[in-house]
Amino acid sequence: MSDRPQPRFPEPDTQPYWEATKEHRLLYLVDRDTGDVVFFPRRHNPKNGSSNLEWRESKGLGTVYTFSVVRLNRHPAFAELGPYAVAYVDLDEGFRILTNIVGVEDPTRDIFIGQRVKLTWLDQSTGISIPVFEPA
Amino acid sequence: MPTQRRDAAIVGIYEYPKRKAPGVTPLQIKAECAARALEDAGLSWKDVDGLYDAQDGAGMAGLSLAEYFGFRPNVIDTTAVGGSSYEFHAAHAKRDIAAGRCRVALLTYGSTAHSDARRIGTMGGGGGGAPSPLSNMTDPYGMTLISNYAMVARRHMYQYGTTSEQLARIAVATRVHAMRNPQAVQAMTDLEFQDIREITVEDVLNSRMIADPLHLLDCCMVSDGGGAVVIAAPEVARDCRQTPVWIIGSGEATSYSENGSDITVSAAAQSAPRAWAEADVRPGEIDVAMIYDSFTITVLVMLEDLGFCKKGEGGDFVSEQRLRFDSPLKPALNTDGGGLSSNHPGMRGIFLLIEATRQLRGESTSQVPGARLAVAHGNGGMLATSHTGGTIVLARD
Repeated sequence: MSDRPQPRFPEPDTQPYWEATKEHRLLYLVDRDTGDVVFFPRRHNPKNGSSNLEWRESKGLGTVYTFSVVRLNRHPAFAELGPYAVAYVDLDEGFRILTNIVGVEDPTRDIFIGQRVKLTWLDQSTGISIPVFEPA
Repeated sequence: MPTQRRDAAIVGIYEYPKRKAPGVTPLQIKAECAARALEDAGLSWKDVDGLYDAQDGAGMAGLSLAEYFGFRPNVIDTTAVGGSSYEFHAAHAKRDIAAGRCRVALLTYGSTAHSDARRIGTMGGGGGGAPSPLSNMTDPYGMTLISNYAMVARRHMYQYGTTSEQLARIAVATRVHAMRNPQAVQAMTDLEFQDIREITVEDVLNSRMIADPLHLLDCCMVSDGGGAVVIAAPEVARDCRQTPVWIIGSGEATSYSENGSDITVSAAAQSAPRAWAEADVRPGEIDVAMIYDSFTITVLVMLEDLGFCKKGEGGDFVSEQRLRFDSPLKPALNTDGGGLSSNHPGMRGIFLLIEATRQLRGESTSQVPGARLAVAHGNGGMLATSHTGGTIVLARD
């Protein structure tokens, strides 16, 4: 099977996030002053422009916000997968991640909005790991 | 009775007739459409002093597009925000004309997406270009453009009980209009549509699922094509060949998914109220709604956000026969056959202005009798992630 498209570097905003995936840690950012959760990763808080942010580690539990089961993707890495689910998951810490839902027998039947899901990982030959979710 | 300002009018339009155009370039399409739209207006090449360009011309944008065309414009605007770029351009042209910066503004579009075999909807992800924070967070997940919009549809169904049958009615009404438009019929022929006829809700539901819950017939075509629009100051418009179609209101907005946000609400919820307020009209007065139909769900969400019905009631709204050109209920929708069944080379926004203008001139192949007010709403980018909305309200005297 072809490799999935990988994150590419140098890209300083997301590099620490992807480095942490090598240890199966899912990181997000929090504004030290306001407590705002910042995600996707970047160096400033989009609510106020502050750069006083710190990384935290998610427990990896969340809820499916929405999803679609892709039946047709001409990219070689996905063309061979069969139907697969792309989803937004709302993590309990308050951030929303674009991801895949895996670990179900039939994605067209076994995934629903509001479903509780937990983090799992797809290790890549490049050394990073892709965070995805499965039913909790 | 009209109290609106009359600062600028659409005076010339042209839609490139072919949807399959091997051997021509986007730049050539842009130039040909420019000449024809100026001819339509009764203006000439040398009258153009404002150039609006969405950077679609194969490497020649803005400054180099001016050189290619042979213009020395006073205004160059290269706003490129996806399919709604042309609504943004129309808003900017009106603003620039009202400020006296230019008198004859030219908007052009050209694309050979079909001949280039660009897999716009079904090729995710994995970008070229420089890495960005966003591409690094999305590329590994295989989110096609269609699945992006499908995620909005799924959430809309969950929150409001919207059904696939209701979405399908949008495709059905649009096809009625396409079958009346010879260019659309030719487009479907050239792009080898399986059934070139009026379709039913069942046809849509029985068509192949591409990304749940969107079927093949919920999705627009990928064609070649292009067009041009000429917008002029009132003193120019008065002497043009065609009845002026006035730009009486505009709104521009940007939106994106954030932590905790509601992705069933689009940028139109911001752009439309500004446009209605400036135009001093209400959605219920609109005769013709030209709404970007990349997918059926795009139209449903925009009908709500434009204020034709309340949020969440779009499903019931389109369930009536309302959307057809010959319905006594307003508004008629996408009377040229839309991106679903007539023309979608990647950025459809210019065709929304063109067909709205045809309607207000009385020239549509699915003419709404006595149409006086139209809205063109363009959507650019990806509805579930980051996108733009551009609303233009148009009126004839």
